[in-house]
Amino acid sequence: MWKWLHPYAKPEVTYHFCAKLIPWLWLFTFGLLVVGTVWGLAFSPEDYQQGDTVRIMYIHVPAAIWSMGAYSSMAIAALIGFVWQIRLADMAISAIAPVGAGFTVIALLTGAIWGKPMWGTWWEWDARLTSELILFFQYIGIIALYHAFEDKQQGAKIVGILAIVGVINLPIIHFSVEWWQTLHQGASITKLEKPSVDTSLLWPLLLNILGFAFFFASLVCMRLRTEILSREQHRPWVKALVMEKSVDGV
Amino acid sequence: MSPRRKQRLAVIILILMGVSSAIGLVMFSLKENMDFFFTPSEVHQGKKDGGMKPKIGQRIRIGGMVVEGSVSRDPETLKVSFDLIDTGPMVKVIYEGSLPDLFREGQGIIALGVLKDGYVLEAQEVLAKHDENYMPPEVAEAVKGIKHVKPSKQVYIP
Repeated sequence: MWKWLHPYAKPEVTYHFCAKLIPWLWLFTFGLLVVGTVWGLAFSPEDYQQGDTVRIMYIHVPAAIWSMGAYSSMAIAALIGFVWQIRLADMAISAIAPVGAGFTVIALLTGAIWGKPMWGTWWEWDARLTSELILFFQYIGIIALYHAFEDKQQGAKIVGILAIVGVINLPIIHFSVEWWQTLHQGASITKLEKPSVDTSLLWPLLLNILGFAFFFASLVCMRLRTEILSREQHRPWVKALVMEKSVDGV
Repeated sequence: MSPRRKQRLAVIILILMGVSSAIGLVMFSLKENMDFFFTPSEVHQGKKDGGMKPKIGQRIRIGGMVVEGSVSRDPETLKVSFDLIDTGPMVKVIYEGSLPDLFREGQGIIALGVLKDGYVLEAQEVLAKHDENYMPPEVAEAVKGIKHVKPSKQVYIP
């Protein structure tokens, strides 16, 4: 059933596959983000309560969603790397972690900027805010632990276990607004019922959420390629690639 | 799956179950402490199932709706008082300072302060809480019957 996937477990194949994918990913990233952001910031109506401040949502919500999405994808890679011992999956962990950390920082900062005018505070130790901050520390821990090992092969195993265990925080972040009384409001779109955002505000938001997904994929593909090269630098195919490039005069 | 892969999968599932049950237990025992605020009825009756009840003199947060018509301001100073309600009895909040933009009657508010006798909270900080519904003013007027007034243009009769 998964036979078609097997060639991509080989770093060399994925290296070239990513190169083909990257221009398309960037195209969709820019297309969606430009339309979504301009629509959201300039043309969508203001909120009845929050006025123009609601427009921070078009950056905050996508960043927050994909800070968790990035973690899930990293944990899946870690699981594949741990159980099936596929080296490429280990490389994916270190490719994803800084991107996910970046999204988490964006979510936390835009959240603070939104919180000050609306709630009246930059930061409160409320369950949602705290668990998202913990997610940021998890990313930092994973990045730091990965770099602490000389032998990346050995390190990836430990880092993988840490990444998998950290998945426990994802449901805590998501359900924090339901399990406990929080300052942060409940889920607007990541729920099974109809979104509680009016369609005129929802469309640009959905475009930006999709745009951030492509943004994430673009960055990860680029990072994965450099990660593959640095981890495989002593392999014949990389040496051949370097020779080829230097003959071309690059 | 080969036996070795099965074994590794079993190991990781065991680790995951162990850690999540540990964290689950910690969160269960901290449950009431992880709430950000008390509701006014919890101040009167304690948290449900015979849980924590705030004592007089304790520093707590109370979150509820500002009761319509309960806001009274001192015309000379920044002193303001209002009632908070959820589904049960009310709590009175006294506060001196500037209020967040979203503060208005019927709005969800979280006040941090010291609980005094007679269900009065002497607040040091007042935060506004909003819900997850976002809509343009026209839709809000049609759906909720709320006429949006810019907070700066709001008038209170002292």
